[in-house]
Amino acid sequence: MYNTLNMTVNGQPVCVAVEEGEALLDTLRDRLGLTSVKRGCEVGECGACTVLIDGRAVDSCLYLSLWAEGRSVLTVEGLRTDTGELTPLQQAFVDEAAVQCGFCTPGIIMSAVELLESGRTYTRDELRKLISGHLCRCTGYENILNALERVVGKR
Amino acid sequence: MYDIASLHRAVSVEDALRALAANENALVISGGTDVLVQNREGRHAGAALVSIHDLEEIRGVSLLENGDILIGAATCFTDLTNSPIIQSHIPMLGLAADEVGSPQIRNAGTIGGNVCNGVTSADTAPSLLALDAELELRSLEGERRVPLEAFYTGPGRTVRRRDELLCFLRIRPDSYHNVGGCYIKYGKRNAMEISTLGCAVALRLRDGVIERVRVAYGVAGPTPARCAAAEVAALGKPATAQTVEQTADAAVRALHPRTSWRASREFRLQLSHELLKRAMTQAIANAGGNADV
Amino acid sequence: MSVHSSIPRVDAVAKVTGQAKYTADLVPPNALYAKIVHATITNGLVKRIDGAQAQQVPGFVKLVTCFDAPKTLFPTPGHPWSVEKAHQDVCDRRLLDERVRLYGDNIAVVIARTPLAAAKAARLVRVEYEEYPPLLSPRQALLPGAGALHAQKPDNLLARSSFTVGEGTYADAVASEPDCVELVRTYDTQTVQHCHLELAQSMAYMEGDRIVVVSSTQIPHIIRRIIGQALSLPLGKIRVVKPYIGGGFGNKQDALVEPLAAWLTTLVGGRCVFLELTREETFTATRVRHAISFDIRALVRRDGTLVARKLTAYSSQGGYASHGHSIVANSAAVFKQLYHDQRVLEADALTVYTSLPTGGAMRGYGIPQIDFAAECMADDLCRMIGMDPVDFRLRNCTPEGYVDPHTGITFHSYGMRECLLKGREAFGWDEKRRAFQHQTGPKRRGVGMANFIYKTGVHPISLETAAARLTLNQDGSVMLQSGATEIGQGADTVLTQMAAEALGLSPERVHIVSTQDTDFTPFDLGAYASRQTYISGMAVKRAAEALRRRILDYAAGLLGREAQSLDIRGDAVVDASSGETLRSMTDLAMEAQYSLQNAAHLSAEYTYHCKDNTFSSGACFAQVEVDIPLCKVKIERILIVHDSGRLINPQLAAAQAHGGVSMGVGYALYEEMLFDGKGKPLNDNLLDYKLPTSMDSPDVETLFVELDDPTGPYGNKALGEPPAIPPAPAIRNAVLHATGVAVDSLPLSPQKLYEHFVKAGLMRDIAKEVDA
Repeated sequence: MYNTLNMTVNGQPVCVAVEEGEALLDTLRDRLGLTSVKRGCEVGECGACTVLIDGRAVDSCLYLSLWAEGRSVLTVEGLRTDTGELTPLQQAFVDEAAVQCGFCTPGIIMSAVELLESGRTYTRDELRKLISGHLCRCTGYENILNALERVVGKR
Repeated sequence: MYDIASLHRAVSVEDALRALAANENALVISGGTDVLVQNREGRHAGAALVSIHDLEEIRGVSLLENGDILIGAATCFTDLTNSPIIQSHIPMLGLAADEVGSPQIRNAGTIGGNVCNGVTSADTAPSLLALDAELELRSLEGERRVPLEAFYTGPGRTVRRRDELLCFLRIRPDSYHNVGGCYIKYGKRNAMEISTLGCAVALRLRDGVIERVRVAYGVAGPTPARCAAAEVAALGKPATAQTVEQTADAAVRALHPRTSWRASREFRLQLSHELLKRAMTQAIANAGGNADV
Repeated sequence: MSVHSSIPRVDAVAKVTGQAKYTADLVPPNALYAKIVHATITNGLVKRIDGAQAQQVPGFVKLVTCFDAPKTLFPTPGHPWSVEKAHQDVCDRRLLDERVRLYGDNIAVVIARTPLAAAKAARLVRVEYEEYPPLLSPRQALLPGAGALHAQKPDNLLARSSFTVGEGTYADAVASEPDCVELVRTYDTQTVQHCHLELAQSMAYMEGDRIVVVSSTQIPHIIRRIIGQALSLPLGKIRVVKPYIGGGFGNKQDALVEPLAAWLTTLVGGRCVFLELTREETFTATRVRHAISFDIRALVRRDGTLVARKLTAYSSQGGYASHGHSIVANSAAVFKQLYHDQRVLEADALTVYTSLPTGGAMRGYGIPQIDFAAECMADDLCRMIGMDPVDFRLRNCTPEGYVDPHTGITFHSYGMRECLLKGREAFGWDEKRRAFQHQTGPKRRGVGMANFIYKTGVHPISLETAAARLTLNQDGSVMLQSGATEIGQGADTVLTQMAAEALGLSPERVHIVSTQDTDFTPFDLGAYASRQTYISGMAVKRAAEALRRRILDYAAGLLGREAQSLDIRGDAVVDASSGETLRSMTDLAMEAQYSLQNAAHLSAEYTYHCKDNTFSSGACFAQVEVDIPLCKVKIERILIVHDSGRLINPQLAAAQAHGGVSMGVGYALYEEMLFDGKGKPLNDNLLDYKLPTSMDSPDVETLFVELDDPTGPYGNKALGEPPAIPPAPAIRNAVLHATGVAVDSLPLSPQKLYEHFVKAGLMRDIAKEVDA
């Protein structure tokens, strides 16, 4: 059965018909074309589908779309400024060569946005723990941590 | 896309209870991190889900006037860890919740779900047992309170009836006042792990003597469970390294972990011994003592 | 300089903004979805398939079974095809097969309108089997009467090869050197999986009578040939498109689901069919790294001189040949190349079909396995004779000027000894080695190291060919098309740098087309064997040099000068001696495009057939702390030193090393595919299969010995795969140093360490006390 879902996605109000069993991952990708949200395992073990819901990082594969009613969803597509510039966080990923195949990248960036919004700074060990819900097979995480340290690191 | 027949988004506990009573195929879904994974595997396919995902009335942690700490079952692990009440009164529970899965899972999964799924590897269960947690179950017929110790009936099985909802977990002041506690989870890697073994120790000292002690394990048996033999061995003894060693020796003689492909019985016994020693030593330190050699 | 500098990745912005499109992102809204029905037995025969219930699922479109599939047998590995029959890949796979050779083998497919309908219907397909006993190890599969998995190989022996280097036999050497110490040991490596984050997937549709397959592959041109073989279609009818891919690591150097997807679209009138495997399916139904068991005998003099070795290697192939014997043959070759024996080396390698997931290419291609065995051997020998491990390697490792006696591959730029010396110094090896002697207590530290060697590309075993095309844009920039595939390693960036260097343009003026499309991309074999920077890079360099000549010839005509007196610098044509700007590239390109008199569209294409090869090498140094009662290893420090020639992009080179070492750490400590007694996978998911997380991957120290290799386009040689090779034995040897326990198999899991530590008396045997 289809239900009407009203939510805010990347700052814009959205109304979309979804099925009751639909995961937010599917709604974002298939109905709204937000393909930065990646499918890697479907069971919350890889983190590639991470989005922010009301500012919190959540695996969108394990989140029923209807739960997002009235909530605010943010994906990487919503990060660029209106003039098209990268955010400092995205720029740090570019500068630190924190990107390889790029498949885990959007999800990790979203977890990093949650950290950034906290207004806090973090040690490298804290950052290790805070991105431990993202698997990356390419980078060994080192340059990702370097990029995060540039933006939310404690020096 | 999940294979479900319907999703009832409950607007209140009362509403959820009615929905559960009305349909014998109805299942509770809270954070979704267990139920949806099982659904994808084909379990409970076509289920009627009753969602308590948005129920504010059973979220959050409060400290009652009588000193009881009341934890809403729909509180997610992150909120538990960040709760000032938890941090100042029962930090071991917040730290245990911080060991679950990953940050994203901790933002979604709830303490109620962790207990109700009945698995022996539940990360908060040993600490809750060590804190004598009591569960408040509600149905349309009324409310009943069940000590966590009496909640588990077997792997994945609990005394909760299908039409009952776990609403709150209650921890009484005697279980945490001046109590030092520690939970240690053993996983093969350092994050995103299912526990190979977990051990929680909570104890209180008087004049360097252990006057109250709880020892509880996860994965040392079919369900999370207290270890009476360890508690007997420690009670009334001085908080020393020798007592810790003797407590660990007593514990392993009472435990019956099993061999699975994740770990052998023998290795789990070794871990039961070592984790108890480390958790108890830390618990003693947290209670104001010192059992370091 | 455009090369030898750390320019940002050319694809980084597309990837941090979510603009980069991967296969699943391109699936059209009205696509159909396919779901494979997998066997639930490990070895046997499908007798009957009943789709009656499946057909009742709303959205069901079609069920096709092994009984409907063509009988054609085709090969899957991403090798260049050989025109010599004897060297052609083994054809042993059908699109769907009633003969079940591993748990999860493909026996039918459901096509439906939604992924959920396809999954539900597939679950409802009823299958009857005739079941045979599973063959779970090479030694078991070789036993007489084991039963053949493939009729063509009645004894399950897919292939066997052996060689001897030196004089006489190993037995002769033992007999004639009575004062030597002999090591006899078996070293075992485990089955691991690539775990690229993007799942294995393809979509296929038809345009007229042509089939278009969009796929997450490392080897689009080779995939086109394999689809043609599988479907018995002329290659011209097939088009393969490779968009961005979310990691490959060798798994996607193989036809995974492409032939099946291509076939399925032909069954539904050319509608788009999307076939995406789940993570569980990716574990069991794609490829894995071969588990190989190495029986080693080694003879060493008390002064540390390696006298003779004998190797017998048993490689578990799994159900289908895939890359097959090439893998363990590469293991044996590296065993030969890594050490010099005074007298003789005997090697014998067997590849055996087993009823387990199919072994294929994976980063390092048989070398991580043999490097574990060889480097364990080295340290075990060192303990027997009381020698320092670095000294042992310096004495016995591949000598300068080495030429492989069988292939003629020459170590052109030799940095192996320098890596060992540089690593020893930078790591503080000698001091740490001393400091961690004679430890007691529950936590102990140790340091260990391992050496490795790796060739670059596949010449002269197979063809090495690559092509590139450059076109001058009207703004004076150029389009670069290469058949080399970007799979995350940074190929697009380094090829851009090389083209810019050869042209004299800035890298911003070179636009690489990341997508490969066999309809218009120049031919290249794709991403494997750490070959692209070396081989495709040379094609790009030569094409760029050709375009540069054309531009200068054209400029000479315009300017009325000799081409030799001109150069391209600073994005302009300049006077070669004075550097004076004569014409901006923008003006020149516009003239070339539109001038009524002088229009001349400037482009260049070059196909490079590489007839050379060279060795890369390096060493890894690790420091661990072992928590004995918890049976856990913590990596406190890890250093890798590479001899990979000149670096095109030092920042990306270091990033490759980080990722490779992380993969090596997983191989050492965490990763292992487990099966029950019936061959059914136990941990085919990312919770139970322990890929290192950010809390398990140490920061990596990287050092490079940058010698100029004369055979590489800019002095470079292999780097992509090497960092994954030496970490596992280095970590194992560090645990040996810390505890005295010589583990002879991977991974060094807590359970395994527990058994070793109890046996070695390093801790109480609690279980025994309880049982007493």
